[in-house]
Amino acid sequence: MNDKVMLMKGNEALAMAAIRYGADGYFGYPITPQSEVLEKLEEEMPWETTGMVVLQAESEVAAINMVYAGASCGKAVFTSTSSPGFSLMQEGMSYMCASEVPALVINVMRGGPGLGTIHPSQADYFQACKGGGHGDYHPIVLAPASVQEMADFVALGWDLAFKYRCVSLILADGLIGQMMEKVVLPEQRPRRTEEEIRRQCPWAVMGREGMRPKNIITSLELDDDKMEANNHRFQATYREIEKNEVRCELVDTDDCDYLMVAFGSMARIGMKVMEMAREEGIKVGLVRPITLWPFPGKQIAQVAQHVKGILVPELAAGQLIEDVKLAVECKVPVAHFDRLGGNVPSPEEVLNSLKEQLVKA
Amino acid sequence: MKAEIIIAGFGGQGVLSMGKILAYSGLMEDKEVTWLPSYGPEQRGGTANVTVILSDERISSPTLDAYDMAVVLNQQSLDKFESKVKPGGVLIYDSYGINTPPTRTDIRICRIDATEATIEMNNSKTFNMIVLGAMLKVNTMVTIDSVLKALKKTLPERHHHLIPLNEEALKKGATLIKD
Amino acid sequence: MTENNIINPENRVYKRPSLLNEAHMHYCPGCSHGVVHKLVAEVIEELGLQEKAIGVSPVGCSVFAYNYIDIDWLEAAHGRATAMATAVKRLMPDKAVFTYQGDGDFAAIGTCESIHACNRGESIVIIFINNAIYGMTGGQMAPTTLLGQKTATCPYGRRADLNGYPLSITPLLAQLDGTRYVTRQSVHTPANVRKTKAAIKKAFLNSMEGKGTSVVEVVSTCNTGWKLTPEKANKWMEENMFAKYPLGDLKDNDAKKD
Repeated sequence: MNDKVMLMKGNEALAMAAIRYGADGYFGYPITPQSEVLEKLEEEMPWETTGMVVLQAESEVAAINMVYAGASCGKAVFTSTSSPGFSLMQEGMSYMCASEVPALVINVMRGGPGLGTIHPSQADYFQACKGGGHGDYHPIVLAPASVQEMADFVALGWDLAFKYRCVSLILADGLIGQMMEKVVLPEQRPRRTEEEIRRQCPWAVMGREGMRPKNIITSLELDDDKMEANNHRFQATYREIEKNEVRCELVDTDDCDYLMVAFGSMARIGMKVMEMAREEGIKVGLVRPITLWPFPGKQIAQVAQHVKGILVPELAAGQLIEDVKLAVECKVPVAHFDRLGGNVPSPEEVLNSLKEQLVKA
Repeated sequence: MKAEIIIAGFGGQGVLSMGKILAYSGLMEDKEVTWLPSYGPEQRGGTANVTVILSDERISSPTLDAYDMAVVLNQQSLDKFESKVKPGGVLIYDSYGINTPPTRTDIRICRIDATEATIEMNNSKTFNMIVLGAMLKVNTMVTIDSVLKALKKTLPERHHHLIPLNEEALKKGATLIKD
Repeated sequence: MTENNIINPENRVYKRPSLLNEAHMHYCPGCSHGVVHKLVAEVIEELGLQEKAIGVSPVGCSVFAYNYIDIDWLEAAHGRATAMATAVKRLMPDKAVFTYQGDGDFAAIGTCESIHACNRGESIVIIFINNAIYGMTGGQMAPTTLLGQKTATCPYGRRADLNGYPLSITPLLAQLDGTRYVTRQSVHTPANVRKTKAAIKKAFLNSMEGKGTSVVEVVSTCNTGWKLTPEKANKWMEENMFAKYPLGDLKDNDAKKD
């Protein structure tokens, strides 16, 4: 057996991958179903080994502002939460995007609205992808579908955040967070030294060493023309991200008659649906968006050219489906399937829905 | 090789950790594994279940509606999961507290007296290893050796002296399966 | 003596601190902010912390503090300055980290963050300007507005039954195990300015020694919001504000025991 292969929960993999990345700090507040992130970090005591800061904040509001501050210092900092907590963090998301600081935020979604349930959901898709706070902004949204991806997307999220000076959001759900699978963690990287951060992030607030000109991180610009110019700069970055960073997985799409578009845990269930459908002679393929923003619309449109219909199964009442319909410009029938409020469908339910809505029709 | 298993019972019965040891045993044999718990907010005393999948190939859905093997440890779980066993599959249930036994004829049904066996062993903590022993007797999805390796890997060093007791419990569990 | 002799360095008795730049301040004439800004700049310079100081400015009149004092700055969302300062200090313990907040920012919308940063004993400096009104947004009621005091949102005077009582927050903070030094000062006379400067200096030294949280409340005027001349505002402060917010140290763990 490979010694590097470990078995752990998705939430634990997030914590371990962050330590291995050389993270500088975590600030968070407990909420089910992602509390294992903070629990694992406290158990690992990385402040004794890598020097990473771990702090249980007084609220999600405080936590996201601690992340905002740490990111403004050029540090690799992150937080994790679940849906109600993510709502509280929207102000901070907007400020971080407006200040162009690189941060990593994780939302392990649960059933809403309101306090809702503690079980898996994908109903924060709009909030994540369309900008849940005020103003025109986008985080890069990564949707892991396995424990391995939970680990891998920590490094990917931070690398992209530092590359574009933007916020990366890992949008998982209670199923991916609570599930245990095999995972290989990345090698331990040293935390960047203050000197390295100064070189990599000359804009960072770290004190005026050598009496260099002062650095100010702010989202405030009362001059409308200057604020418009700021917005144009943000949008230019977003166009660049759209050009370079679209990621998706295509599964058996070459010969498929029907297509499913699903992400995260629904994509895993979708893969089982495909196996079952193909046993019955129905050729189903799957496009799994890995980045929900930027959205793999072109890839979906391309596959859509040769299919009879598309099913969008999601743990939300019709959110992802809007982007799919836009991508295929309604040239193909697009059907929807959902389970809501924390319920997860069986593969059979989804297959029946596909047959009912697309194959029979 | 692929085994799709659900283990269900009361919270606090060791359902989740039994699943965890099974998953770890799969890991010892380089299998693909998923372990997915499902429990309400009532983590103590309420029902809890865990889906474990062991496979030689990439696992698609970690959540299922039909199982090769269901292991049920109370009446509610029996009522819920008897119908979810695939035709030709196996249902193992602990007889303790069961008023309405299973009735399906298209699956193999194994009644085990695991609670009684636990009392005989004079150690309530051996219960889940006894059940696991029975499971592995019915379906050798992993070897006893792998289970022992998994225990060694997951138990803290100070509990390693309990491994022989666990081995005994696994063997005892195997004897509960009557052909 | 010629003019040139007078401006010789050796004859100079007062100068602008080097960190306080020449940008034209947006504060109203008579406002206390300018004085406190100068004290902060002086203390940072005198302690040699120019390269280590990081300020967190609030939402409120002092939102643009970063334009006037030449150090590195973060501009917080409304009320979140102490949460931000917490992260900065934890990530870089060798830095001199302070927040500069008004009463609305610190004691209304940010109360939760204020109390918890103090309770954790974060080794940060909190400069808290209490002028009993929301100056920036045009003179609305603050948590510290006195009973009977008129503002845009209590135009007939603050009433306890309608608006609740004025919040005296620093005595609350002094009770917390995490605070090292909690003091209440003013800057309306030269003597008080000197005392406030000494308090700010002690607070920065505490921060650099990792001793816990230091809070310097500065009871201040807002002559524009109060609709008084600067002089009358000072008098009104002495007669009314000091009764509710008396000056002096509320807690000093390092005070010499007699």
